[in-house]
Parts: sequence; C-alpha cells; structure tokens
Amino acid sequence: MATLLEARGIGKLFGQLRALDGVDLAVTAGEIHGLIGPNGSGKSTLLKCIAGADRPTEGRVVFEGADITATSPSERARAGMSMKFQITSVLTGLTAFDNVLLALQGRDGLRDLIFSRTRGKLAERVMDLLERFHLAGHAGEAAGTLSHGEQQWLEIAMALAPEPRLLLLDEPTAGMSLEERRATGELLRPIVAHCAIVIVEHDLDFIRDICDVLTVLDQGRVLETGTVAAIQESEKVREVYLTRV
Amino acid sequence: MSTRRGGPRGLAALAPRRLIPWLEIILLVVFLAVPVFLPDYLVDFASRLVILGLFALSFDLVFGFAGIMSFGQALFFGGAGYAVALLARDHDVTSVLVVIPVSVAVGLVLGAAVAAFLLLGRHPPSVIFVALGTLTAAFAGEELARSWYYLGGQNGIPSIPPLSLGGYQFTGIAFHYGVLGIFVLVYLGCRALVRSQFGLALVGIREQEERLAFLGYHAPVFKAIVFSIAGAIAGLAGGLYAYQQGFVWPSMIGVVLSTQIVLYCLFGGIGTLVGPALGVIAIESFTYVFSDQFPEIWPILLGLLLLLVILVRPSGVISLFVGERERMGDFRPRSARRALPVARRHGDAA
Repeated sequence: MATLLEARGIGKLFGQLRALDGVDLAVTAGEIHGLIGPNGSGKSTLLKCIAGADRPTEGRVVFEGADITATSPSERARAGMSMKFQITSVLTGLTAFDNVLLALQGRDGLRDLIFSRTRGKLAERVMDLLERFHLAGHAGEAAGTLSHGEQQWLEIAMALAPEPRLLLLDEPTAGMSLEERRATGELLRPIVAHCAIVIVEHDLDFIRDICDVLTVLDQGRVLETGTVAAIQESEKVREVYLTRV
Repeated sequence: MSTRRGGPRGLAALAPRRLIPWLEIILLVVFLAVPVFLPDYLVDFASRLVILGLFALSFDLVFGFAGIMSFGQALFFGGAGYAVALLARDHDVTSVLVVIPVSVAVGLVLGAAVAAFLLLGRHPPSVIFVALGTLTAAFAGEELARSWYYLGGQNGIPSIPPLSLGGYQFTGIAFHYGVLGIFVLVYLGCRALVRSQFGLALVGIREQEERLAFLGYHAPVFKAIVFSIAGAIAGLAGGLYAYQQGFVWPSMIGVVLSTQIVLYCLFGGIGTLVGPALGVIAIESFTYVFSDQFPEIWPILLGLLLLLVILVRPSGVISLFVGERERMGDFRPRSARRALPVARRHGDAA
C-alpha cells in the first residue's frame, strides 16, 4: 500500500514546553492508525499539526507526496484531509441536514454557493450520510437538540462529507455509552475502503477492536509503532501504561 | 441517545411556526399606507425610517449574519452621501440614474477597501481588531469631512435639490414610494443571499469560523464579500438620506451614527433581516414622540430601554415572537423539507 501521510521529525514547542519531539508517523491508504499514550503525551497536538490547526516548530508533513507543512487548514481540507475535533463543534442552531450540507459544499465555488446551484444535487448525498449514521430521522431537528452521542456521529458524518482520503479523529467516542462505542466502531470500519483514518482515543478496547496499526506516544516522543498484537506484547508500552496511565 | 437539549422558550414557543413573513407583510402594508392616512411631515418621517432601515440592513448583514463587528458603517453611508451631494453642488447632477449607481459604487469601493485592509490579512483578525479598525476609519472620515473646506467643513453641504428623473422631481409621496421600492428590492436581494448556500456558509462562519476552515472554507474571502455588499447597501442608504434631508454634514460619516445603527439592530434583533427594521422603527418613533415631551430625561430613558433589551433579550425584541430555529433559517431544498414531518421541520417552534 502506498504511503498516504508522512510526518517527519515533528517537533512542537509551547513556550518552554516541548509537546512533541522528533515524531515520525507514516499512514498508508486503507489503514486505521491509532495514536495512544498517557495524558499529555502529545497525541492531540500531533493530530493538530497534521490537520494544520497547529504549526509544527520543526519537521515536515507530507500528504500524497506533497509537502503541506506551510499550508492552511482550508487548503489541507481541499487537498483531501478532514478532521473531527475532541470537543464536539456541530452548529447547534442549524438542523442536522444543514450541518452536513455545510460540510459537503465546502469545496464548491463562490458563484455556485451564491446562486445555490448545488443544493438540490447535494441533498441526496446529505440524506445518504445521515442515514449511514442513523440520523436520517433527525434531519430536520436542530443539532443542539440531539444527544451527545448523536452529535458525535453528526460530526463524523460532517468530517466524511467531503469524501476525504485521510480522516483525523480526536477521541470520537468520548462521552459515549458502551453500546454507542460499539456502533461507532461499526460505522467507521467500512470507511477504510476509500479513506485512511488516524484516531486518538483513550478507550483501549475500542482501539484494539478497530485499529490495524498503533503508534504509542510518551512525553512527546514515539515510544513504539506496530500492529496491535505487537504493541500489546511490548514491554516498553506495558511499562508506560502500568506506571503512568 | 435519549438525552435531548433545547426547546421552546417564552412567547416564541406560542408563536405561529413562521412569523417572519407575516411581520414583513405587515410592515410593507403599513409603509405603503402611510401616505394615504398621514400628513406630509409624517410621510417624510416614514421615508427617513425606510432609509435608516436600509442602513440597518447593512450592519445586520455584516454582524448579524457574518459575525463581523463593524463600528464604521457610517463611513460608507456618509461617504456616499457626500459623493452625491458634491455631484449635485458642483455638477448639478441629481438624476436618480446617476445618484443611485454612484451611491452604491462609493459604498462598495469603500467597503471593499476597508475589508481588504482589515479582513484579508495573513492571519485571521480578532473581533476587537476589526471593531477598532472600523471605528478608527469612521472617526478619520468624520474628522476629514469636518476639517476639509471643499467638503463644507463643520457645516457640511447644504441645499441639495430634490432627486430627479428627466424633468420629474421626487419629493414627498413620490420619494417615499421610491425609497420603499428600493428597500423592498434590496431586502429581497439580501433575503435571497442569506438563504442561499452562501448564507449557510455565513452562518457557519459566524458560529464557528475556525471549524469551517477544516471543511475547506476560506472564511476571510466570504467575510470580505459580505462586508463589501453591506458597504454598497450602506452607500445606497447614504445617497438617499442626503436627498431626504436635503444636506449632508460631518456626523453622517461618524462614530455616533455608526454606534446608533448598532443599537437599532441589537434592539430589534440581529440575524433576521426584519429585526433591525423593527429596531429602527421602534427607537426612532419613541424618540420622535417622547423627545419633545421629555427633552431632558428622554436620552436617559432611551439608554435604559436599550440596556434592558440587551440584558434581558440579547437576541432583540424579535426573539419575543420568533423562535431560534426560524431566526437561524432552514437551508434545505424544498423537496427535503416536504419529505419530513412538520414538527421536525421547525425544531423548537414545533
């Protein structure tokens, strides 16, 4: 499989604090790659550096062969990258339908948007996405009235709407019940057919069930990278999780 | 998945599902009927309200729909007013066919220039930066008008003749219906814009600008476009206001008028096109009636009233009658709306 994303020697300083120190990460197409590690190990910061929310102090981010380190988040989104943040950020006053439409039309031209040329065409895709995430029945409801789990799903649907080739998920199951986590895993698995996923998650059971490859971060450095089985066997990882988590 | 949030509150919960169209129709009928039932001086007053309503629309577009805090809308309003006054004074041009395009163009160019400077920088500007930047621009414009002899200095430019078309002069009732017609056209244009997919993007930018970048939107461009359009509308209002008043003066560009329009909109309710119009009508009418009767305490009463509304109803008086879902708008195509039950269609108003 071809390498889709490469983060090379990523470093990030917040004042005197070194949040990331020479982190390397490679994600291939069709892969679900989990980022795990104790609190403060730099998982979310790495994800933000990849998505463009934070600018790395050092290192390069290469996506599909192009160096995107200096590009803006909107340029990265247009290049085929999408992100779901840790804190749910759906637009609570808009309907679920409008939230997904907003995500779908992000790459349309200004003229198309001003004259609403694509609204009719996109409506069907909006409903397909809502259906896939069990939200079709709530299409006309304000997103703010949905439950927390439904809002998380709506946000994943929004992140998937532009058909990205790389999806970055920061704690997609935070605050969900066991049943909702299981359902989320089932929703995410079919996506890899056309989109690689990088997931930051604290729920190790969820990560073990869904991920192909894991990278373990500790104090801003890569501790270990490998398959789920290899990581489970790793003495170094076990030590970190037993002593610091 | 059972925990639900939100729901109807206050009078808005009891309101009919779609109140805004009814408010729009009622206001239009009232302003159409003004010349039939009221004396000439009140027709003049009504024309002034319509023009200030147009001006309020411009602020509503930038702040209510795009979240750009502008304290400088009067720069575009007064700039266009001075431009058409100079045309009348120096070139005897009062034709509506020239005055309206010039007013729009001056507002558009000034709006685009300010937007390019304040909104299109490398880094997204903060709300405070834009607010202070627009405030400074309006202040500088007012000072320029006040001190430049060519612009009439402190006295402004007096004795602007009536607006004309060929040999016909627009005064009194004709002027009223003329400005009302322009207002309706601009209002419908704004409504089409804010209900379009572009309008949906504006709602997204207003609510979560940073999030939208991760969906591929380049928010500064959207903001600059809407700011320029709003500049054009303020310019149009300023050109008409110059003819309605018959003169222009430095305060027409300044900070006080810029702030006044902010208060009209906050009072009426930003984020709906009809709210600011209600704000203009309410505050101007109260002022018209009470400033004569209580000249000394009226400014204090007005201040208290505004403070009360902003504290108790931050979404303006319109939120007493119109629910959040209706104010936010519905961007689904009609086919998708028909496919869902009515109760779901209107969210909290249901």
